Amino acid sequence: MIRITGTGAVSTAGWGVPALMEALDSGTRPVLAELSRERKSGSPVVTSVMRVPPAPPTLPKSPRLRRVSPISKFAVGAAIEALGPERMAKAAAGELRLGVVCALLNGCVNYSNRFFGEVLADPSVASPILFPETVFNAPSSHLSSLFNSTAPNDTILGDSAEIFTALEIATEWLLRGDCDGVLVVVPEEIDWLSAEALGLYSCEAIPAEGAAALYLETGGEGPQLLAIPDPVLLGPGCDRAEALRAVLNAGGALDDGRTLLADSRSGVCRFDAAEDRAYAGWSGPRISVRETLGEAFGASSGLQVVAAIEHLRRGTADRAFVATLGGNEQAAGCLLG
Amino acid sequence: MRPVAITGAGILTSMGADLAENAAGFRAGRTAFRPVDLFDVSRQRVGTAGQAELPESVPGVSRKAWQRMDRGSRMAFLAAREALEMAGLSGGDMPVMIGTSAAAMPVGEQYYLQAIEGKSQRRQFLRVESYQPQHQMAAMMRALGVRGPLRILSNACASGANAIGHAFQLVSEGKAERVLAGGYDALSQLVFAGFDSLQALSPSGIPRPFDAARDGLALGEGAGFVLVESLEAAKARGVDVMARILSYAAATDIHHLTQPHPEGDAALSTMVKATRAAGLEPEQIDYINSHGTGTPLNDVAEARAISRWAGAATPKIRVSSTKSSIGHLLGGAGSVESVICLLTLRDQFLPASLNVREIDPVVEFDLVQQPREAVVKTVLTNSFGFGGANATLVFQREDWSR
Repeated sequence: MIRITGTGAVSTAGWGVPALMEALDSGTRPVLAELSRERKSGSPVVTSVMRVPPAPPTLPKSPRLRRVSPISKFAVGAAIEALGPERMAKAAAGELRLGVVCALLNGCVNYSNRFFGEVLADPSVASPILFPETVFNAPSSHLSSLFNSTAPNDTILGDSAEIFTALEIATEWLLRGDCDGVLVVVPEEIDWLSAEALGLYSCEAIPAEGAAALYLETGGEGPQLLAIPDPVLLGPGCDRAEALRAVLNAGGALDDGRTLLADSRSGVCRFDAAEDRAYAGWSGPRISVRETLGEAFGASSGLQVVAAIEHLRRGTADRAFVATLGGNEQAAGCLLG
Repeated sequence: MRPVAITGAGILTSMGADLAENAAGFRAGRTAFRPVDLFDVSRQRVGTAGQAELPESVPGVSRKAWQRMDRGSRMAFLAAREALEMAGLSGGDMPVMIGTSAAAMPVGEQYYLQAIEGKSQRRQFLRVESYQPQHQMAAMMRALGVRGPLRILSNACASGANAIGHAFQLVSEGKAERVLAGGYDALSQLVFAGFDSLQALSPSGIPRPFDAARDGLALGEGAGFVLVESLEAAKARGVDVMARILSYAAATDIHHLTQPHPEGDAALSTMVKATRAAGLEPEQIDYINSHGTGTPLNDVAEARAISRWAGAATPKIRVSSTKSSIGHLLGGAGSVESVICLLTLRDQFLPASLNVREIDPVVEFDLVQQPREAVVKTVLTNSFGFGGANATLVFQREDWSR
C-alpha cells in the first residue's frame, strides 16, 4: 500500500501548500508580469507571464545551491516542505534511503539560453559554471545531494502528464525495497524561450512556473495511491476526450458525487474542449489549477495532485481522480483515496 | 523474478550503421573520429568527434516523416529497427524505455537562432514540437509499429543503461512480456561547447582512457537498442536468445555535480549490488566495458572502484573503454556499450582501450589494449553521468546460463 505522506508546492501563488490552497480556494489569480527581450531586428518581444514570488530566506544554504537556476530552487523549496523536518533529520543522519524522481518538460531552460548565447558570442569564454546546470538531471542531483541520499535518482522527460509515470517509478522502487521513501518532484522555470514557445500553441495561455513535490512511502498517514493506469498515447488524429475517458475507466474512478476531479483545464477553450467532453456532467467537486495559476506544464500537474490531496485531508471528497491531458504524448492520471 | 533475455540488438555509431559494421570495427581495433561539420567548431579548442554517417532517406519511412525526425531520433529509429528485426518482430504492443541526455538539442538551437533574429516565426511551431523528445519518440514508435507506454530517462551519461535497466526490471517482475529499450544522443553545438568549456575534451581529439597522460574525452553520437523479453516468451516464439540480462543496479554519487567521488563509492555500490544480485563473484566476470571517459578524474574513480570491488581478483579482471574508438555518446553511451557487450558475447572477443601509451598507475586490472579473442561468458558494463547517476548491467551468454 503506497501512501502520499508529504506534499510541497511552489507556485505563482507563493511558496508553500497554504499559499497554493488560498489562491485556489479564493480563485485569486496572481498579477501578471511581463517578460521582455530584445531581438536583432524588430521591436522587443513582450510576453505576459505569471512568476513565482521571490524565494523566502528559509531556503537552505548549500554549496550545491549557490549557482543554481530557479528550477532547482523551486524543486528544493517544494521538496523540503514535502519531507518535513523529521525526515530531513533522518536523511541528514543517513537513516533514510530517499529515492528521487523528477519529471520535466522544459527543464533548465534559463541556463541553456544563457549558455548557448555565450557559445554563439565566443565559445572560448563560455561559462563552465552554466553548462552543468543545463543538464536535465541537475535539479534531481541537487536534491539527492542536499538530502544526503545515494539511493536511486531518475529524471524523466515527457509532456505535462509525465508526473504519473514518475509516481509509477516511485511505486516500483518502494515495492522492490530500493528505498524507504521517494520524493517525486515536478519543477519548471520560465524563460522567454519556453514562454514564447507556449504562445505558438495559443496566445491565450499564460506561461507560469513552480514546483510540486510528493513524498511516497509504504504506510504512514496520508491518502493512498489507489491506481495509476498506463498512460494512453496521443497519436495524430486521436480522440483526446476518448483517451481521457480510457484513463478514467482504467483508473477505476467513479463519478459518485464524492470523488474530486482535479483536471488540467487552463481556461483556453481550444485546449479545454477535450476535457469538457470527457468529463461532461461530472457531479462531484472539481478543481482546475491552471485556470488560476497559469500553465507551468508538469509542475501544474503536480500542483493538481497536491491540491487534490489537500481536499482529501479536509474531507471535501472521499476520493480524487487527478488527470492531465498532455500536449503531445499522453493522457494520464491517478486515483487517490 | 523471471529470467530475462535479449532477443534483438541494434547499433549505430561513427564506427558503422549496424551490428556487423560495429563488430568488425571493434574487432579490428579501429577508431572512428573525424572533423565535425554539423556546426561551427572553428572557435573551439577541439574540432573532431565520433560523428556518424546517416542516410538521406530510409526505405519504409516517408520522406516527410524522416525529415521531421531530428538527427538523434533518426539514429534511434535505425538502431531500434535493427533490434526489432533481429528479434523477429515487426512492431507490436510493448513498453518503450528510452535514454537520452541532449535529446533534440540541435532543433532547439535552430529555434533559438531564428528567435533572436526576430525576422519571422516560420517553422518555429514545428521546431518547438520536434524539440520535445516525447514527440520524437512517439513518432519513432509509430514508424516502428510499436504501441505502448513510453518512458524517457534523462540521467545524463547513464541514461541508456538506465533505460535497459528499467526494461529488465519490468520484464523480470512480470509487468511486461517484452520491452524495447535503448538510448541515443546526437552531437549538438551547445553540448560540444559545454564539454569544451569544462576543458573535458581531449585537445588532441584522441581519447586515451586509463593512460597516465590522458587529457580528456572525445564526444561521439549514435544509438543502441535491445529487445528485452522474458526468456519464457522468447522460447515460446522460438527466437534465438542473444544473451540474458542477469542484473541491474543504480545508485547516486552525491559528491559533486560533475565530478565522481575520488574513490568511486557509487560505482563500487552498483558493481557490488549487480554482481550480488546475479549471484556472481568478481572473478566470474570475463570482461568489463568501463565507463572510461578518458578524463583524469573519471578514470581514477572507476579504476579504484574496480579494484575495491574485485579485491585480490583485480589483476585477472579484463577491462577496456570502447569510448577510445567512438567517443562518448552521452545519453546513448550506456545502451551502445551494452550492445557492444552483446557483441563480445556473441563473437567471443574483447574490444580494446586504444591509444594507451603508458598505463596509469592506478590501474590494477588487465587493461585490454588490443582486441583479443577470448572466451566470454559473462560481462559487466558501467555507466556514470553528470549529477551522479551510476548504473551497472550484467549480461551472460545464453548457452552458459542454463
